[in-house]
Amino acid sequence: MLGAATKRSQPETEGKKGEMTESRPNTATSTEPAAVSGRGAKTIETRGVNLFYGDFHAVEEVTMTIEPNKVTALIGSSGCGKTTFLRSLNRMHELTPGARVEGTVTLDGEDVYDDRVDPVAVRRLIGMVFQQPNPFPTMSIYDNVAAGLNLNSTKVSKAQKDSVVERSLRGAHLWDEVKDRLDKPGGGLSGGQQQRLCIARAIAVEPEVLLMDEPCSALDPVATLAVEDLIGELKNRYTIAIVTHNMQQASRASDVTAFFNLDETGKPGHLVEMGPTQEIFTNPKKKETEDYVSGRFG
Amino acid sequence: MESSVQTLGRNQPSPLLASGLGRRRRAVNAAMTVLIAGAFVLAMIPLFSLVFEVAKRGIPGLSAEFFTEDARGVVGGGGAAHAIMGTLIITGVAGLISVPIGIMAAIYLNEYGTGRLRRALTFFVDVMTGIPSIVAGLFAYALFEIFLGPGIRLGVMGSVALSLLMIPIVIRSAEEVLKIVPDHLREASYALGTPKWKTITKIVLPTAFAGLVTGVMIAIARIIGETAPLLVTTGVVDSMNTDPFNGRMQNLAVYAYNEYRSPGVMKQASYDKAWAAALTLIAIVMILNVAARLVYRRYKTEIR
Repeated sequence: MLGAATKRSQPETEGKKGEMTESRPNTATSTEPAAVSGRGAKTIETRGVNLFYGDFHAVEEVTMTIEPNKVTALIGSSGCGKTTFLRSLNRMHELTPGARVEGTVTLDGEDVYDDRVDPVAVRRLIGMVFQQPNPFPTMSIYDNVAAGLNLNSTKVSKAQKDSVVERSLRGAHLWDEVKDRLDKPGGGLSGGQQQRLCIARAIAVEPEVLLMDEPCSALDPVATLAVEDLIGELKNRYTIAIVTHNMQQASRASDVTAFFNLDETGKPGHLVEMGPTQEIFTNPKKKETEDYVSGRFG
Repeated sequence: MESSVQTLGRNQPSPLLASGLGRRRRAVNAAMTVLIAGAFVLAMIPLFSLVFEVAKRGIPGLSAEFFTEDARGVVGGGGAAHAIMGTLIITGVAGLISVPIGIMAAIYLNEYGTGRLRRALTFFVDVMTGIPSIVAGLFAYALFEIFLGPGIRLGVMGSVALSLLMIPIVIRSAEEVLKIVPDHLREASYALGTPKWKTITKIVLPTAFAGLVTGVMIAIARIIGETAPLLVTTGVVDSMNTDPFNGRMQNLAVYAYNEYRSPGVMKQASYDKAWAAALTLIAIVMILNVAARLVYRRYKTEIR
C-alpha cells in the first residue's frame, strides 16, 4: 500500500517545492490531498511491536498511537527501550546488525514494514533528529540543510534550493544567526546551533513525522529552551515523537506522554501507560508511573 | 580540633613528605627518561647515517645528464631518465590498478561485509600484506607467460606485481580510515532517506578523503622502491620506453642494482650513478610523504 504512496510522493515533493518557492505555506492550505489535519502530518500506529537485538528482547508488545500535530513524549528509565522503539518507527532499528522487528507499524494506515516498502522511502517521510548534534563535517551550513535534496537527487533549481534552505533555517530559528555565513562549515556552530541545524536539515526534506531522540541532552539550558520552543512550533506542521530523559522537558514540551519501563535489567521494556501529559504527570493511573514522574525511582 | 592539628604537625612527619617516596620516584623517573631517550637516539642513528651516506655518495652522480639522458649505447656516461620515467609509469599504473580495487574492497569490508566472509577476507588481506615481493613478481610473470609466452617482459607486468603488494596496504589503511567515520553521520544520512550507496559516496568517502589519500600515498611510497618483482617482470634495459604494454622498461631500483652488479669499464661512474638513483628514489619517497601530509592537513575533517 505504501509502495503506491511512495511512488506518488516524488512528484508531490516537487509540487510542494514549487509551492514553497512562492511563499511559506499557511498550515492548512496545502495542495496535498492527504493533509487533513494540518500540512503533511500523519498518524503513526503500532500494534504489538516487539524489538530484538539478536537474542536480546529489547521492547515488548508496544501498541500505541502517535497523533498528528501533537508532541508525544516517550519517557522512562535508561535501557527501557524508548530509543529503540523510536528507531523502529522509521526503520532505523534494522540498521543495527542482528536487529529484528515483530508486529506492525503503520503510517496513516499503511504498513511501514510491508515487504514492498523500501525503508529509504519510509525515512523520507519520517525524519529523525539525534541525541548528538551530527551535522555533516564536510559540508557548509547551506549544504547541510540542502543535504536531503542533494543526496536524494531531487532535481531542484538553485533558486528553489535557496528558498528551501532559508525556509528550513527560519523554521529551525537559526536563520538570523547564520544567514551571513551559510558557506562556513556546520561544525563551527555551537552545540545548540548545530542541533537546530540538524532540525533544519530534517525538515528541509518535508517529512510528515519528526522523531527526536533526546534532542536536548547534549545542550545547555538556554539552547534547550530554544529547541523546545521550536518543537512547540513544529507540531503545527508535523507529527512529533520525542524521547527524553528530562521530565520537566516532557511536561513542558509535550501534549501526550508515554511511559516505558522494564521490570528488571535484562527483561524487555514495555509501555506502561500513555495519556495526555497533564494527566500522566498529575494523575497517573498506574502506581509505577506515579513513582517515576514523582522522582521516587529512575 | 585545633590542638589535634598541632599535635600532628609537631610529632609526626607531614604525610606529604613521608617515606622518602619523592626522591625514589624522581630517580626512577629520571632513569626511565634516559632509557627511552637513549632508545630513540639508537633508532635514529641508522636512519640518519643512511640518509647521510646516500646523500654523500649520491650527489656526485647527479647531473643534468642523469635526469635527461638514457643509457643507450654509452660507455661510462649516460643518465637514468629512462629509469626515472619507468619508475613513475610502473608505479602510476600500479596505483591505477590498486587504488580503485583497494578502496572498493575496504568499502565492502567496512560497510557491507558481515560475519564469517568478512573475517575470512580480512584474514587473507593480512596474509597478502605479508607475501614476499619476489613471489608477487613471479606470480605476475607466470600469469603473463600463460598468454604471451616465456621470456616476456613488460612494464605493465611490473605494475601488476606491484599491485599485488599495494592492494592489501591500500585496503588496510582505507579500512582503518573508514572505521573512524562515525556511525552517527551514516545514520543522519539514512534518516534523510538517503540510499546506502549515496551515503557512502557522498558522506562517508568525503569525510574520509584526507585519510584515504594519505593511505594511498604511503602505499605508493612503500612499493616504489621494490626491486625483486621488477627484475623478473620488467627486465633490464638501457633505453627510454614509455609504453608499459610494449617491451622492457627500466626503473630506478633495478637501475641501481644493475649499475652496481655489472659496472662498465668506468666502474666509479657506474657506482656514482647507482647511488644517485638511490638518492633519487629516497627523494621521491620523501616528496610523496610530505605531499601526503599536506593533503591531510588541507582536507582533514574535524570528526568529533
